[in-house]
Amino acid sequence: MDTAVVSETDPDVMLFRVLRDDGTADPGVDHGMTDAVALRAYFEMRRLRALDARMILLQRQGRVGFYGAATGQEAVPIASGLALAKQDWVFPALREQSVMLVRGYPLRDYIGQVFGNAADNLKGRQPPSHQAGKAVHQVSWSPVIGPQIPQAVGAAMAMRMAKRRPHEIAVGYCGDGATSQPDFHAAMNFAGVFKAPVVIICQNNHWSISVPTAKQTASRTIAIKARAYGMPGVRVDGNDVLAVYKVLRDAFACARSGGGPTFVEAVTYRMGAHTTSDDPKLYRSDSEVEAWAKKDPIDRLRRYLEARGLMDDARDTKLEADASAEIVSIIREVEELAAPSLASMFDDVYAELPWNLREQKAALESGPRAPKH
Amino acid sequence: MRNIRFREALREAMIEEMERDDRVFLMGEEVGHYQGAYKVSEGMLEKFGEKRVIDTPIAEGGFAGIGVGAAMVGLRPIIEFMTWNFSAVAFDQILNNAAKVRQMSGGQLTCPIVFRGPNGSARQVGSQHSHSMEHFYATVPGLKLVAPSFPADAKGLMKAAIRDDNPVLVMESETLYGVKGDVPDDQDAIPLGKAAVVREGKDVTIVAYSRMTHVALEAAAALEKDGISAEIVDLRSLRPLDEDTIVASVQKTHRCVVVHEGWPYGGVGAEVSDRVQRLAFDALDAPILRVTTWDVPMPYNAKLELACLPQPDRVVAAVKQLVRRAQG
Ligand SMILES: Cc1ncc(C[n+]2csc(CCOP(=O)(O)OP(=O)(O)O)c2C)c(N)n1
Ligand SMILES: [Mg+2]
Repeated sequence: MDTAVVSETDPDVMLFRVLRDDGTADPGVDHGMTDAVALRAYFEMRRLRALDARMILLQRQGRVGFYGAATGQEAVPIASGLALAKQDWVFPALREQSVMLVRGYPLRDYIGQVFGNAADNLKGRQPPSHQAGKAVHQVSWSPVIGPQIPQAVGAAMAMRMAKRRPHEIAVGYCGDGATSQPDFHAAMNFAGVFKAPVVIICQNNHWSISVPTAKQTASRTIAIKARAYGMPGVRVDGNDVLAVYKVLRDAFACARSGGGPTFVEAVTYRMGAHTTSDDPKLYRSDSEVEAWAKKDPIDRLRRYLEARGLMDDARDTKLEADASAEIVSIIREVEELAAPSLASMFDDVYAELPWNLREQKAALESGPRAPKH
Repeated sequence: MRNIRFREALREAMIEEMERDDRVFLMGEEVGHYQGAYKVSEGMLEKFGEKRVIDTPIAEGGFAGIGVGAAMVGLRPIIEFMTWNFSAVAFDQILNNAAKVRQMSGGQLTCPIVFRGPNGSARQVGSQHSHSMEHFYATVPGLKLVAPSFPADAKGLMKAAIRDDNPVLVMESETLYGVKGDVPDDQDAIPLGKAAVVREGKDVTIVAYSRMTHVALEAAAALEKDGISAEIVDLRSLRPLDEDTIVASVQKTHRCVVVHEGWPYGGVGAEVSDRVQRLAFDALDAPILRVTTWDVPMPYNAKLELACLPQPDRVVAAVKQLVRRAQG
């Protein structure tokens, strides 16, 4: 599924792009991204990259237990956050956790979750890169691949069932590998049958841990799968933030206005390891990684901003330095905070604390004893 | 006799059985080119080729079903789940199909398949990746289930599982893969359904399996210092359950503590307790106690996770409670 060798005119394999190699935008496309939004996208992408790099470093130093970075894939989550409306709901996979940052979730809370301590709104319950923020309409993600996709469709259907929330939509994300799961197919089918106000976005980053996309599916593209489910499938250059923004805004508007679901395949590349538990050198070549490094989404946006006189070395350096300083200062503030109390593990299992958990909690608090149950 | 790692023992068993029987093949996510997520299948693709070591798309329900289908027409698949947690999305194939093929075909068809992979908690992998799935599966008639604690048993039970004419679930542990142990050069299949007394004692029987056998051994060493002699029964096989070995031990020690990962509601510990109270009631000097994971989804935070899982100190405390009670 190498984008370089496919025909540009075949609708099933056509790749939608806005940013050209010289850094200018295709004048034939009304991409709708204002300079202010483009600058904001650049800031968010740079900050996310700095955050991921720092967390990977801390993981190597044993200060963070696990981390799943989005390096090379920043365009989709950031463009999503910018294109969504406040009332919309987000059902992310691993690489889209940061959508919530663009939608107002505090960076301190986001970093607190990574440390799973007193600064963590999730109370140390979930591994890093498993965020949740009700205030910004982003749900918990279960890492057993797939469930968020039908959930997004269900949320979208719910928004229309009661007709109380006519302007909300839901967006569900998945990786290329996740398209092999039954949940993906059920989600696509329901979205099509019920014309749900949902957009399903697949980030095709070419790999599922060590398995290349060609071994997940024999389809020529992933976008083509939408056709069988009776909905439009769009294939977009996932490293072109203007193109992603344009495609998502159109898809969101369509869903919002009753036009039904859209499936988006964003073609991108996972620049780093799958997660901190993986070594990609075992299965892919340096030359492949280097080729994709030339298509880096942040570099491409920077060239665009430079061409428009909105970015230069001095501004970029300052932006990077400010982002890093903010991240480092939050880490310094939250890293050493205490763990949540041991007894807190019994909270939130149910709406109320049942008698058996109350007993276990007391047993835990009074020291090592055999559990009562 | 060789001192090898748990993962090597499992690999040797699979390789030897694949050499012995060309109907056996291995299938799962990343078992081939990546050499297995936990390197259990290292070198097997090179040895047997892509027809017998098969990398799959991410669809556990899919490849569990592929395995069941292949088994019904005469092959002997080994299906690896990257972890048993992911078998949740293949549950229907195991529960409604593998386990029932023989019964629903009136005995005409069989499903000689092995499902295997790491089970239980690892270290800070979060609630969705820390389940003790044996409690769900051990309740299903038609399935056999083993959960070895040591490399030699891992090898012998894996070989028996592959040769068995029923679906057999082999539950390993990420935290045991690196553990070393002596394995006889000619380690053959170990019969399914037989527990092992891995430590003799006279004051209490601790029943455990998989990683918890090691926790029980640590607890027994601590108890010894306090003059309490613990016998440890390593179940090895959770279905069929070797009630004779458990009962014989309790008849000797008069006390019983069951230690397992996973929740305290129902499950293997409740099953063992039921057998002991029914079959050794007169021998018991005290109630049977269980030490389990607390009744909550596994927390991620390292301190909370440690406190959530059964630790040697909790086993020691449970044993002392029984001993005190019997003396008091
Ligand atoms: C049901 C299930 N099977 C297997 C895994 C192990 N696993 C975690 S991530 C992953 C690859 C996912 O690939 P993809 O969907 O392309 O997402 P990416 O990580 O590339 O963003 C696999 C196989 C899992 N988490 N859940
Ligand atoms: Mg992928």
